[in-house]
Amino acid sequence: MIIELMTSGFFLKAFVGGVLIAVVAPLMGTFLVLRRLSMIGDTLAHVTIAGVALGFLLQVYPLVVGLIFALLASFAIERLRKAYKTYAELSIAIIMSGGVALASLFFTLGKNFNLNVTSYLFGSIYTLTDLDIYVVAGVAVLVLIVVAVFWKELFLLTFDEDAAAVSGLPVRALNIMVTVLTALIISVSIKIVGALLISALLTIPVACSLLIARGFRQSIIFSVIIAEIAAIAGLLVAGVWSLAPGATIVLILILILIVTMIVRRGLKI
Amino acid sequence: MTIESSTNARCHQDVIRLEHVSFDYQDQSVIRDLNFAVQQRDFVGLIGSNGAGKSTLMRMIVGLLKPKSGSIELFGEPIEQFNGWQRIGYVPQKNSFNPLFPATVREVVQSGVYGKRNVARRIQKEDIQKCSDAMDVMRITDLASKRIGQLSGGQQQRVFLARALINNPELLILDEPTVGIDIETQHDFFQLVQHMHQHHRMTFLMVSHDMDMIEAYLGQEPVQQSGKLKFYVKHSHEIENCEASNLSHTLTVRETVSFKGDERN
Repeated sequence: MIIELMTSGFFLKAFVGGVLIAVVAPLMGTFLVLRRLSMIGDTLAHVTIAGVALGFLLQVYPLVVGLIFALLASFAIERLRKAYKTYAELSIAIIMSGGVALASLFFTLGKNFNLNVTSYLFGSIYTLTDLDIYVVAGVAVLVLIVVAVFWKELFLLTFDEDAAAVSGLPVRALNIMVTVLTALIISVSIKIVGALLISALLTIPVACSLLIARGFRQSIIFSVIIAEIAAIAGLLVAGVWSLAPGATIVLILILILIVTMIVRRGLKI
Repeated sequence: MTIESSTNARCHQDVIRLEHVSFDYQDQSVIRDLNFAVQQRDFVGLIGSNGAGKSTLMRMIVGLLKPKSGSIELFGEPIEQFNGWQRIGYVPQKNSFNPLFPATVREVVQSGVYGKRNVARRIQKEDIQKCSDAMDVMRITDLASKRIGQLSGGQQQRVFLARALINNPELLILDEPTVGIDIETQHDFFQLVQHMHQHHRMTFLMVSHDMDMIEAYLGQEPVQQSGKLKFYVKHSHEIENCEASNLSHTLTVRETVSFKGDERN
């Protein structure tokens, strides 16, 4: 059964796409979660859908418009965060509802285009095109290179932003870099896991690894391994039993989290 | 009102100089027309109630905040042009970091060498050596691969002190280093800091809540008061050898200071 799945073109593409996203989403997710920006993934995903819908309306490659929307939204969030310093999460709430409103507006406008809303909300990993795979692979390689090159700086920025500023690191530029990479990852993940679930891939592997990792490097490695296990297992389970792949991956992630918590507790007592 | 410069230029160069510095926070004046100078090898203690502007002042001195008016000089250079941040070691408030953060002691100490000079470059062997030395000096080598949040308050403080000392700084800034640490460990920490002041060519600026410690080492009377801020100083001429050694000499601290905090994990 599994061999049958693996030899089918659409499944293979889904597999490659899933594996790639499961490397970069938790990697970037670690930086976001540790800086208390967990909800930013969800927000950007909702805005990205609006962009994707507009892309369909304008008949250009939807992910590109989605990406532009995500980038604009991330800068808007930063702006609002500064305006409402003590209520930083307000900015996330505002941008998220703005994204959903725009998305539903565009979807209604595009009724004639026969837009498939659910495929972007819940992902449609089996309909990935070759172009989609190249785009995902390109983003994955870019993220890996940037994180490898700026590893030290990203650590200090995440651990102690003040110290990073005092030691002369270009904090603003680094923050923008993290934002741009996050927007990139989210916009290419939308077709794979869906806008409603991408946040899970950014955060749940990190939630698991935070329970067991001792160091920063270790925590990133663990979160990627956990995401890979969930992605591969999820795709296979979903393929064999014809379940929704994105949802299966997320539920497996939650299962891993629960098991990790129980095992950790068991070891402590 | 600045401190008179002494004849011994080598020992008494201004490390920090504040002139007419003011800072407002939401229309409320926090610091008003502050003039103050810290000279080489001085130990300056800064005391003030909550909201007195202690942290604001610290953050201005390390360049995180800009004064509303007035000028700040570091090592004789205006802060806007100052580039030698590796000459300054900074120990943040203990509660400024998330105890659940997954970072090992080694990762935290090593981050002390990350700066402008090595952005996007791989860490050098000599930096790794510096990290090992700093951990050795602070007697945290055994804890190197532990998660920082698992350590006791006193041990965490030594990790941050090791990070601040890694570049062998000329100025060490400590922002309420002992908040949330038990009395005995606080005492040990102060002893360690005093020992460093006595034996090393380092200038200290410390914000503290602990009146007793400040008075015991720096005397009963503040040399200056500005608003609710009180400055206590022990000048370099009040301590012996003006020419002191650098960080490696701190190894002798081991003999003189016992870290009782170790046992209370």
